[in-house]
Amino acid sequence: MARIGVFICHCGENISATVDVKKVAAAAARIPGVAHSVEYKYMCSDPGQQLVKNAIREKNLTGVVVAACSPRMHEPTFRRACAEAGLNPFLCEMANIREHCSWVHEKGDATTEKAVDIVRTLVAKVKKNKALQPIQVPVTKVALVIGGGIAGIQSSLDIANAGHRVILVEREPSIGGHMSQLSETFPTLDCSQCILTPRMVEVAQHPNITLYSYAELESLDGFIGNFKARIRKKARSLDETLCTGCGLCMQKCPTRRIPSEFDAGLGLRPAIYVPFPQAVPNKPVIDREHCTYYRTGKCRLCEKICPTQAIRFDQPDEIVEVDVGAIVLATGFDIKHSDFFPEYGYGRYPDVIDGLQFERLASASGPTLGEMRRPSDGKVPETVVFIACAGSRDPAKGIEYCSKICCMYTAKHAMLYRHKVHGGKPYVFYMDVRAGGKMYEEFVRRAMEEEGVQYVRGRVSRVFERNGKLVVKGADTLLGARPIEIEADLVVLATAAVAQPGAEELAQKLHVSYDTHQFFAEAHPKLRPVETNTAGIFLAGACQAPKDIPESVAQASGAAAKVAALFSQAELVRDPLIAVVDRQAPPVYSSCVGCFLCQSACPYQAIEKEEIRGRDGQLIKTVAKVNPGLCQGCGTCVAFCRTKSIDIQGFSHEQVHAEVLALLNRGERDA
Amino acid sequence: MPDFQPKIVAFVCNWCTYAGADLTGTSRMKYSPQVSIIRFPCTGRIDFMLLLKAFASGADGIIVSGCHPNDCHYSSGNFHARRRWIIFRGLLDFLGIDVSRVQFSWVSAAEGAKWAQLVNETSERIRELGPFTGYQRLRGLGVG
Repeated sequence: MARIGVFICHCGENISATVDVKKVAAAAARIPGVAHSVEYKYMCSDPGQQLVKNAIREKNLTGVVVAACSPRMHEPTFRRACAEAGLNPFLCEMANIREHCSWVHEKGDATTEKAVDIVRTLVAKVKKNKALQPIQVPVTKVALVIGGGIAGIQSSLDIANAGHRVILVEREPSIGGHMSQLSETFPTLDCSQCILTPRMVEVAQHPNITLYSYAELESLDGFIGNFKARIRKKARSLDETLCTGCGLCMQKCPTRRIPSEFDAGLGLRPAIYVPFPQAVPNKPVIDREHCTYYRTGKCRLCEKICPTQAIRFDQPDEIVEVDVGAIVLATGFDIKHSDFFPEYGYGRYPDVIDGLQFERLASASGPTLGEMRRPSDGKVPETVVFIACAGSRDPAKGIEYCSKICCMYTAKHAMLYRHKVHGGKPYVFYMDVRAGGKMYEEFVRRAMEEEGVQYVRGRVSRVFERNGKLVVKGADTLLGARPIEIEADLVVLATAAVAQPGAEELAQKLHVSYDTHQFFAEAHPKLRPVETNTAGIFLAGACQAPKDIPESVAQASGAAAKVAALFSQAELVRDPLIAVVDRQAPPVYSSCVGCFLCQSACPYQAIEKEEIRGRDGQLIKTVAKVNPGLCQGCGTCVAFCRTKSIDIQGFSHEQVHAEVLALLNRGERDA
Repeated sequence: MPDFQPKIVAFVCNWCTYAGADLTGTSRMKYSPQVSIIRFPCTGRIDFMLLLKAFASGADGIIVSGCHPNDCHYSSGNFHARRRWIIFRGLLDFLGIDVSRVQFSWVSAAEGAKWAQLVNETSERIRELGPFTGYQRLRGLGVG
């Protein structure tokens, strides 16, 4: 006979303000099989948990339902409490009366009734729960870090310094990411490359880090502690072991007028190139799309000039398979490019540029060697207009969010411009200045008050050309929305920070959730910001949401700490919520008829064939068997099975049927 | 029937829609309380006979919702669910159950507002359709 304990939480007022918890407790006490029903202010607090533990011991409970928040929040808490009181943790269920009830409905009888319904449903389920034993799986203590920007670099270094092997995969020919493109960083005006490149070198030299640059993740299988990743090393078209990085090939390459990705299209590069002089690794790649040899079959100049004969025109892509235990996703962000702003003339006027292009113009390693010269004619711009929130916070453009970094980098840009062009006139059009962060507000104040940057609060309606000048037409809302026109020589758009192209595809490969803007989703917005919903995969940096450098670095170290904690265990304990195939006594042995529909349905190849033999060794039947190490508990096989011989622990036929019946109060309606 | 309060059962997957409904709560968006959720690991787990069982047990409407195509936590469960739904809807017709009593949808973990909207629209529609009266007949057919 079931003896279920029901524990109803007020969650302060979060639940009790709209749900009559006393009524719920009284109603729960009347459910057949419920031996104990109480409500308490904070069930997750120590005294609350003690209430559960004491009741388990005193009332000899066979199951526990905690009616409180989402199981995604506190299921582990209460299952642990049950285990401490000697009750198998899988005999505890959460009835979600907060997220799914008290928070989403108005105060009233209907809300209380729904809470009772939810409790009754979970009581019915828990009656059918079985005591389960957790599964132990080994952990491969190697981490895969995807993305070699500052976040990926930091994560890799932290994990490697904790003593674990790291495989760092970077899509571009060099690590460094967007940070390597920046001229200076706010709020200190540190030179970005000066602080970044030592870290890049450290990665290259670290004995625990294997770097695959110019490589991408091809596919991923497996689960936490036991992933199998296939990495495509794109052909560099040279033998990396022979190349010394002398750079002769780059000097001699005849195809030289290719827009440089690193210089955001403002500079040019040859077809065989390293993205920038401090690249790690300092080995060139041949851009096969533009290389004369690949296009016409003639040239091979680099091959002739190379002192170590390292060029390999026929080199194929290589697939590397690695076993890893954890993954850090650090693929970063991108900014919105042309044709998104037809009204600002971006893409039409060469002197309307984006923030990254301005970084390259201001950078000493950039196409102008740090001299402030505009792209169209190389003149020093006398008036520059910076437009903040170009695309961000603009639901009409489909981007409601704040890109977070633009207020700060726009202030920095204006300041850098003033430092380089002393008589120059910088204007900033802004909606609000958001400068939350250590020394950030002071930095913006400095731009406004000491550096003579003219801040205009208002939006720009359009940018057009008139007599060789770019006319920026906007409004100054602090002066009563007075229309304002500024004749500029250069216009810089702080375009919205968006997810990397390919983020969605990558998320699908990894089975990681993502939001409507293709930023990867964290497991909990407040309390689990570096974990994804997929166990063993962590997030670092701007692939989760727009972030500045210190935040990316902090999150990267956080992700590394999570990985190190995971790797500190010899064996990993997993919930046994997996599929099992019916087994019973002879002469039936199993209700499975051996059709193996489940095998074709299983996305994890977890279904095996098992031969059942009699004592004399004669084959009686071949039935399905689940490999508990591979099964992830999706239950696809369960819905496929014709004879209902395969079932999933924790969401079994018995459990879900009982839930449906209880939710609809079938007992009462029939009576 | 102005005071008719339908009973709607939502079969949702743990990873997308359940989390999406959690987000609706965290964001304090309001929706109609006639819908209650039953959690599954994946929509691919849902044996559609359960839907009939729910109708036979007195449900007036049903929501099935999981991850968007390609976003399944388990790679392909939602595709199985979608195929099953396509076959199943023909069967509903055969059993004399109005197809519009079942709402098949995708709600991701980030779409709290979509979940609220889905629930409100579905309950409004079921309210217009009125109570499902065929449950005894369904039971006569041996369902549930």
